[in-house]
Amino acid sequence: MNPTPSQTVGPFYGYALPFPGGGDLASGGIAVHGYVYDGAGDPVPDALLEFWQPDEHGSLTGSPGTMRRDPTNGAVLGRDGVRFTGFGRVATDLDGHWALRTVVPGNGYISVCVFARGLLHHLYTRIYLGQDAFLDSLPPERRQTLVAVEERDGVHRFDIHLQGEKETVFLDFG
Amino acid sequence: MSEPLKQADIDQEIAARAGEQGDHPARDYAPYRSTLLRHPHQPLVAIKDPEAAELAGPVFGVSDVTPFDNDLTKQHLGEPLGERITVRGRVLDRQGRPVRGQLVEVWQANASGRYLHQRDDHPAPLDPNFSGVGRCLTDDDGNYLFTTIKPGPYPWRNHLNAWRPAHIHFSLFGTSFTQRLVTQMYFPGDPLFPYDPIMQSVTDERARQRLVADYVHDLSEPEFSLGYRWDIVLDGPTATWMEEGR
Repeated sequence: MNPTPSQTVGPFYGYALPFPGGGDLASGGIAVHGYVYDGAGDPVPDALLEFWQPDEHGSLTGSPGTMRRDPTNGAVLGRDGVRFTGFGRVATDLDGHWALRTVVPGNGYISVCVFARGLLHHLYTRIYLGQDAFLDSLPPERRQTLVAVEERDGVHRFDIHLQGEKETVFLDFG
Repeated sequence: MSEPLKQADIDQEIAARAGEQGDHPARDYAPYRSTLLRHPHQPLVAIKDPEAAELAGPVFGVSDVTPFDNDLTKQHLGEPLGERITVRGRVLDRQGRPVRGQLVEVWQANASGRYLHQRDDHPAPLDPNFSGVGRCLTDDDGNYLFTTIKPGPYPWRNHLNAWRPAHIHFSLFGTSFTQRLVTQMYFPGDPLFPYDPIMQSVTDERARQRLVADYVHDLSEPEFSLGYRWDIVLDGPTATWMEEGR
């Protein structure tokens, strides 16, 4: 069967898709944060990032949901902050900034899916926290776009450039 | 300030790209102006690792959705304004197998074409009884169902007199991170289709038709709602299907 075509997430997903604590995969681990930039070097204030990663031991089997709801009106109250699901979802703020609290993934990378107004089909990339054979297969100048920079102990910076000289490597899974 | 682009300019650009092949839109579809600075110029890098984390499914789910989340008309004390509709369909993979127990999320404008969002300044009324957000999980046959109201068309600033056809945004998880899909469902017979660069970004006519729901009279509920049917086929690698799919 032929797939249903992708369409942009648009600018107004903001009250529908992100949820409180969407970037809190786990506490007591590391922080990963950064900015999303367009081809003019301007921050993208209406991007939505999704993350997927294994736990410290490499397991991709997380808890099947940790969201708390308001019993009166059903509103989402956020995650319980204890159980690890491996899935995160964060919108960029008006400065194009996003942040994630998580644990070091056992496989060495955090998978990222990028949505935004103007992106008709989402993009995949990866945040590497160390060396890897796949990174070694890339030209050195491009390799760096997939590697987070440790700003200080436990805080990693990863910027995403949708276009331009510093364009991030985006991935195709066939 | 330069003159704003006119519909005729956009029409020409749309016509020049019509008939290109491909199931998904190109990211560099210029008639939709926001794509210009937001598409990568470098080719994507293929990942051929059978152990890739992306081939497993994101865990968001079962305990995060309540049975009431799929009725967008029941989120406030009063009834929302507009034409009440039910939207049903199946979520399938490319082999036609049901995608079970997966999260489907929707968001949409109200009947007047206004989103409940700070930055939507379209001068149409907000509806105090409609937020326009819904969630559900697919059942064992891959079925989903939403009760909502038909969203209105609305203007945007892509070019002079740009209006979006009425649509409902859909977000779908699959059984792997690579099956992830965000798309839009359109309503049959909308006169705005040919003018809309977002819909026309799907340049293959048959592929574009897959974005349009069918009105099915038998699915209309007496004295309650008009029924639409829209099936969704997720892309993604074939290696990820599991007999016991979540």
